Amino acid sequence: MAEVQGIVNELATKLRKRKVEGSRETARLTAELFRTVISQQRVTSAALVEVVRDVGQQLIAANPVELAVGNIVRRVLRIIRDSDLSLEVGGLTLVPQGDDGDIVEEDDKPFMLSDAISQTILHQPSLVAQLESKPNLVRHFEGKADKTPRSWQFKHQIIEGVNDLIEDINTCHEQIADQALELIHQNEVILTLGHSRTVKKFLYAAKEKKRSFQVYVAEGAPKHLGHVLAKELAEKHLQTTVISDSSVFAIISRVNMVIVGVHAVMANGGVIAPVGMNMVALAAKKYAVPFVVVAGTHKLCPLFPNNPEVLLNDMRCPSELLSFGEFSDCMDYSIGSGAPLLNVVNPAFDYVPPELVSLFVTEIGGYHPSYIYRLISDYYSSEDLVLQQKPAS
Amino acid sequence: MDARRASRTVIDPKVRHVGFFTPTAEPAPSRTQSGPAIPSSPPLSESPASNSLSPVMIPPSRHLSDTVAIRTAAVPVPESALRRKDSGEQVPVGSYNPSESLLGTSPVASSPSSRVGDGTLEFSEENSVQWYRRSGSGKLASSLPGGGLESATLRTPLEVPEKSAMVVSKVQNEVPTSSEPSKAKPTKAERRALQEAQRAAKAAAQAEGRKPTPVSGGAAPSKPVKQSSQKKETQKKDTPTVASSVVASDKKGGDRPPDRRKDVPPPRMQFDDKSRVEKAKRRAVVNQTEAKNRVELFRHLPQYERGTQLPDLESKIFQLDPMHPAIYKVGLKYLAGDISGGNARCIAMLKAFQEAIRDYSTPPKKTLVRDLTAKISSYVSFFIECRPLSISMGNAVRFIKSRVAKLPISLSEAEAKSTLCSEIDRFINDKIVIADKVIVRHAATKIRDGDVLLTYGSSCVVEMIFLHAHELGKQFRVVIVDSRPKLEGQALLHRLVAKGLTCTYTHINAVSYIMHEVTRVFLGAASVLSNGTVYSRVGTACVAMVAHAFCVPVLVCCEAYKFHERVQLDSICSNELGDPDAIAKVSGRTDVNYLDNWANKENLQLLNLMYDATPADYISMIVTDYGMIPPTSVPVIVREYGREHLY
Repeated sequence: MAEVQGIVNELATKLRKRKVEGSRETARLTAELFRTVISQQRVTSAALVEVVRDVGQQLIAANPVELAVGNIVRRVLRIIRDSDLSLEVGGLTLVPQGDDGDIVEEDDKPFMLSDAISQTILHQPSLVAQLESKPNLVRHFEGKADKTPRSWQFKHQIIEGVNDLIEDINTCHEQIADQALELIHQNEVILTLGHSRTVKKFLYAAKEKKRSFQVYVAEGAPKHLGHVLAKELAEKHLQTTVISDSSVFAIISRVNMVIVGVHAVMANGGVIAPVGMNMVALAAKKYAVPFVVVAGTHKLCPLFPNNPEVLLNDMRCPSELLSFGEFSDCMDYSIGSGAPLLNVVNPAFDYVPPELVSLFVTEIGGYHPSYIYRLISDYYSSEDLVLQQKPAS
Repeated sequence: MDARRASRTVIDPKVRHVGFFTPTAEPAPSRTQSGPAIPSSPPLSESPASNSLSPVMIPPSRHLSDTVAIRTAAVPVPESALRRKDSGEQVPVGSYNPSESLLGTSPVASSPSSRVGDGTLEFSEENSVQWYRRSGSGKLASSLPGGGLESATLRTPLEVPEKSAMVVSKVQNEVPTSSEPSKAKPTKAERRALQEAQRAAKAAAQAEGRKPTPVSGGAAPSKPVKQSSQKKETQKKDTPTVASSVVASDKKGGDRPPDRRKDVPPPRMQFDDKSRVEKAKRRAVVNQTEAKNRVELFRHLPQYERGTQLPDLESKIFQLDPMHPAIYKVGLKYLAGDISGGNARCIAMLKAFQEAIRDYSTPPKKTLVRDLTAKISSYVSFFIECRPLSISMGNAVRFIKSRVAKLPISLSEAEAKSTLCSEIDRFINDKIVIADKVIVRHAATKIRDGDVLLTYGSSCVVEMIFLHAHELGKQFRVVIVDSRPKLEGQALLHRLVAKGLTCTYTHINAVSYIMHEVTRVFLGAASVLSNGTVYSRVGTACVAMVAHAFCVPVLVCCEAYKFHERVQLDSICSNELGDPDAIAKVSGRTDVNYLDNWANKENLQLLNLMYDATPADYISMIVTDYGMIPPTSVPVIVREYGREHLY
């Protein structure tokens, strides 16, 4: 534990200082960190779960808004549990191992599996399930703590699983982009807001296949990353128009489709997206323009949003909106009752409710928001949904 | 009150028979009855009679009392004093200065109540003399929709749309004492008036100006077209720049106009029409080069290279003979963007007209009415070249032109000029300054303690409302939502914070974050269109939409002179394009420089829209000087209080 604490702290610091931008990058770094952590541990699965959870909590605490960290922690935990189970299943029934990829197909042998797996596949995660499954697993772990060749095989399998996960994260853009042609037709007018690599790759892919279409890019204040996207699209000979964020409503009636990248996808199908997205989604709804979200599965978050505008938001520096010198006299506390006369609000994220989203395009296909809960139960095991499980300590 | 009730009963059927009746007796009672009532009532409050006919009731009594109260409340209004101090510190921040315009240049203006009274009284008297005789049976007035309902003396001339009124008065100039024209049937007279109007718009400076003979409506249409085409060459020299909309309109005018046709505003210049643009260019004072990398969707709107016109114009400042220096100055300010905001621009334009009129002298062998109209048209087209007119300015121009056209021939030049100047003062005072005060009083009643009020951009009326409510001691918080590239909200923020209001500042993207805590949204408007659409600074629609989604009431504050009978469904057909470079440059952020030489990339365009259209469904209420109305009642205001009252 001590030897990995250094690199854990390093990533945690980066996250805390918001040096890592973008959920994909965060996800990749987190997964790589866990690979290192796991490879350096010589412990059993039960202890490994604890270690991963512990490291995960540190990282989440560093940037609670970056939901991708939690998602990766859960994915890694799931891999650990699955490997553990498959080993056990293998030990009992001599089924070939390494099948963490095809969990879904295991539906047909329910008694062989432990409660945890069958629950995740057959039921929605529920509090009862979580409470019941806990002691089972612990018993399993204790039962096979001493088998050394098994544990080596077990670790190898987990590392393989994490490697697959990293590979998935790296290639998700391409896999999403492959679906571009099915969604973009000739002469389409597309609107996007801000800058998203997923959207960029998506549009590139359509352009490379000789589709010609037009893109409106809302600049996405206060970061103005839309300028970057516009520049890059124009270099690929896409007809690109930059508009200010306020003109979104004016333009949207002439747009055929809104394609955006998001920060995180919540369990109810709502999305946490760069600020301004709710406005775009509302306008799209008004004019019945499809609002398409492209997102890798590492953005799938198993949490339900509770007051997401406040709890899952980041407040950025006011200097992005007002230069400091200009209003410094108004912002101090000396006037009146002690409250400042001037507040500057500069949130980083917006919450878009599921009813405004028409479609999610992920690397495993397109889904309606109402189906997201099902994807989540595919990717995460129910006992990991709540990571902070040690309020007492 | 008796008079009103009586006239209502008389008038009721008339409204139904728009343009299809020929009784000669009917109009008379309405005039005789409402005639005497005029001098005693201020001009705005005459409307109740006509108002009672409207399907949607706009309580006239409230407004009546309001205007009266305010008028009698006389000059030293604390707010204006405050604002004057304020604007002394920072001048062109997009809000006009009511105190300045109220207590401004003209000495009479300092006492609005008395002055207004004088102006209207004198005016209506003059007219009554003229128009009683002229349109003896009053068909001109009464055949118009919603017109001629009462106060024929004042309404008749105004009822006719600006151009035809102009021509009618031209007719009047030529044949001052004869009453022949009015003996014709009303519809014909009207039709002819319109045709003449269209011709006169082109041939305004035409020397001969002989009264056209057509007695039958059918023969007339072909004539003006022919004549105008013959005279095109000469006109081009005489009238250097006829407003482009006028050019467009007289093509349309060739076919036979139905009676209501004149209600439809003339089509605007479409800048994707190559030949028209070429024509307009030849006449233009300002040399403009078309911008590169135009957005295909907005080809129909003008967009020029920024920065090229200003030095060119400045170098020509001493050569341009026909342009009055005051006009020139204001035009340059428009071009440079020093004046912005509907009211500020409108007032600047009116003041410039005032100065130009003061220095005007009728050239030999020309009549004042016609020559001055042509002059004003050329000024207006100069303004349009500097920056497209806002709708409020368009309304003001219509007002001035109608007033010029209605100048009685008996007036000497000096009298005519002073009449016009005081008319302009009256317009500024009545339609803008006092209207704002009424709006402020109405809107302040909607602010309660503990409210969180959101506004977007910087609207001077909304600012006045906040300050007024603050002075009343109401406890509330203001959220100012701003957007690039203009960042007008910062100036507003400065002024409000300086006055001690608690403010929250944010940008438009965060509007759905902040909307949770907001209880009211106050928005300004550049114009309110007849279908209830609010045409305003771009982004207003977004704010209204988000407020609607969060079930927060949206109050639009707009003076009634900005209402327009045009309709609009989207923000694309009619809009104004700003400088695209403003999008590329982010002020105060040197790190954002990705689009530095965007013009070299052929696939990249930047679009800087200035306005957008907010659908009526997002608007809870429109606060105007005629009271607080739902957006569905806008056409009622335009119809009932239209023409004469709005501009």
